Amino acid sequence: MKHAPNAGIVSANEGDRPSAKAGRPSLPGRKLGRCGFNAFCVAGFVFLLAPILVIVPLSFNAEPYFTFTEGMLRLDPEAWSLRWYESIAEDDAWRRALVNSLIIGVAATVLATTLGTLAALGLASPSMPGRTLVTAVLISPMITPIIIVAVGVFFFYSSLGLGQTHAGLILAHAALGAPFVVITVTATLAGFDRTVLRAAASLGAGPMRRFFRIQLPLISPGVFSGGLFAFAASFDEVVVVLFLGGLEQRTIPRQMWAGIREQISPAILALAVFLIAFAVVVLLTVEWLRSRSASAQRSVH
Amino acid sequence: MKRILHLSAATPRLGALALVLPLLAFVTVSFVIPLGTLLGKSAYQPEVARVLPQTITELREWTGDGLPSEDAFAAMARELTALGENRPELARVSGAINRVQSGMRGVLNRTARRLARTGQAGSWRATLTGIDSSWEEPATWLAIREAGARFTLRHYLHALDLEQRSGGGIAPKAADERVYTPLMWRTLLVSLGVTLLCLAIGYPIAYMIAASPPARGRILLLLVLVPFWTSLLVRTTAWIVLLQRQGVINGFLVSLGLVPDDGRLQMIYNMTGTFVAMTHVLLPFMVLPLYSVMRSIPKSHMAAAVSLGAAPLQAFRRVYLPQTLPGIGAGSLLVFILAIGYYITPALVGGRTGELISSQIAYHVQTSLNWGLAAALSSILLVAVTVLYLVYSRAIGIERMRLG
Repeated sequence: MKHAPNAGIVSANEGDRPSAKAGRPSLPGRKLGRCGFNAFCVAGFVFLLAPILVIVPLSFNAEPYFTFTEGMLRLDPEAWSLRWYESIAEDDAWRRALVNSLIIGVAATVLATTLGTLAALGLASPSMPGRTLVTAVLISPMITPIIIVAVGVFFFYSSLGLGQTHAGLILAHAALGAPFVVITVTATLAGFDRTVLRAAASLGAGPMRRFFRIQLPLISPGVFSGGLFAFAASFDEVVVVLFLGGLEQRTIPRQMWAGIREQISPAILALAVFLIAFAVVVLLTVEWLRSRSASAQRSVH
Repeated sequence: MKRILHLSAATPRLGALALVLPLLAFVTVSFVIPLGTLLGKSAYQPEVARVLPQTITELREWTGDGLPSEDAFAAMARELTALGENRPELARVSGAINRVQSGMRGVLNRTARRLARTGQAGSWRATLTGIDSSWEEPATWLAIREAGARFTLRHYLHALDLEQRSGGGIAPKAADERVYTPLMWRTLLVSLGVTLLCLAIGYPIAYMIAASPPARGRILLLLVLVPFWTSLLVRTTAWIVLLQRQGVINGFLVSLGLVPDDGRLQMIYNMTGTFVAMTHVLLPFMVLPLYSVMRSIPKSHMAAAVSLGAAPLQAFRRVYLPQTLPGIGAGSLLVFILAIGYYITPALVGGRTGELISSQIAYHVQTSLNWGLAAALSSILLVAVTVLYLVYSRAIGIERMRLG
């Protein structure tokens, strides 16, 4: 029981305490409750992380099983192997899928980040008309069920001749990624001090110079993390690719989907470990950008 | 002077609009219009009327009693003969009419094939009925007329398990013929269940992160963010690896002797799989909004309540819980919205009994090619999501959504 921060309140009510104390559970009982609570939380974290962690050792299984073999548990080096990693690296289909994923992801990210950053700048202006409605429309691709997006895009783009093309997938993924950029840049702009711009203007800087030399560098962490979100969204998107893409547009998730649907082999686990590592790198980068953005805005003052 | 003042008042508005416009135009073309086209397909079906224009015009004059006129038979025969040379078009039209009345695909294909070979024999009526006796039944012609209507609510009736009675009027189908309404109920119940599970697991987790000292709290938050950033397909694969009959959990239970080797538990490709994997995927969307609300609640509030004599549980219920209600609302709404439209996870681990409404949309687009029905199901789902989205933006504000 720590109430050091409220020492004043506590002492003011000192007289009531004995009677109130009677209603409280005894100390061991509360300790038990606290243990139970902690155990529940730990179980929650295990639920979140265990499935991801289990994949890592299993991807080194020398046998094509999804359980730990006795050899693995004995840490017998014979039972562990890199064969699934080799099979992924040697497979042409996976290499083509990686290239497709990168082409589509990078192009969609550039498009989404450019348009999204501009839009966030406009939305941040106090004189923006119809802000709520416009924001709702711009964010809607993120909330719409992906199956509906995929089906709508499939019908419409196919009628324009964009079915089974990289261009069609890039457009669709850019629309799906833009909301992330709008949200992150808007959040960064909320902490942006506009007096800096006025100071620059009074010193004679034109609007372009003010934007590129002052505002953009200051909000760049938000722009970068928005771009990372957009890229990650495209890099993990499978349903639109499933409907709109053809054999030539197979991306990594599309190839994984086929692998899971057909006979799931431990080779997929090797790829999954690669994707987990990618996720951790992206996550740490975004967190680093977030802390930089916070400190950059503090240092302006 | 007045002009300058006017301009300076107007320019920031225009400037802001000019910045937003490129993305707005882009999202409209690449996203809003495709969705509009899809919704249009649910009620607008011009194909049959386009390919069989004369027949449909003739049938419009037919009362529906007895058989249509010889002119209608002649128009049908002429247009079917022409169609016989355009196989894909014939397949599309016969498919569309077949969806109004099953069996029509065969009738139309057979008739087109025979007409191309033999041509006219006697009156057109005699020719057609000679090829297939179905042409003598008014129901055949009713089906063609129905499929030829450009605007129809048929797909919505179908999607809501309603049917048009022959005497007129609309009534629900017999309970054992209903397909989509039970699936909609299942989707709603599963989404509700997943939301509650996420809340039950996510609330204590968010509390633990918010109550920890900053350094430990940051690490715990990262532990929640790792699954959030990890590919959805990887997480789904992980559950397959864990839950399948030859998977890690079953292997563990068998090696402990808790489960016989021939009695391994079926925990995937059914409702259990859908529930477990969806809860796992959506849990971070519950923890993050809860955490950002809890972080802003001063710790002194609980301490004050306790020092004033409240039992810890009472202090929690009367002081802490009410302050976290905005987070509970935001997280639950977000998880629920994402859950009712979920496709990937149920499709991969749900099997037959764990599938949700989204799987039926995919099925009708890819396999049965009943695009009108797929569009009607999509519109219903989209209306549900839009209503929830509006509630979310009104009550919580979209701009305040926190990512990662």
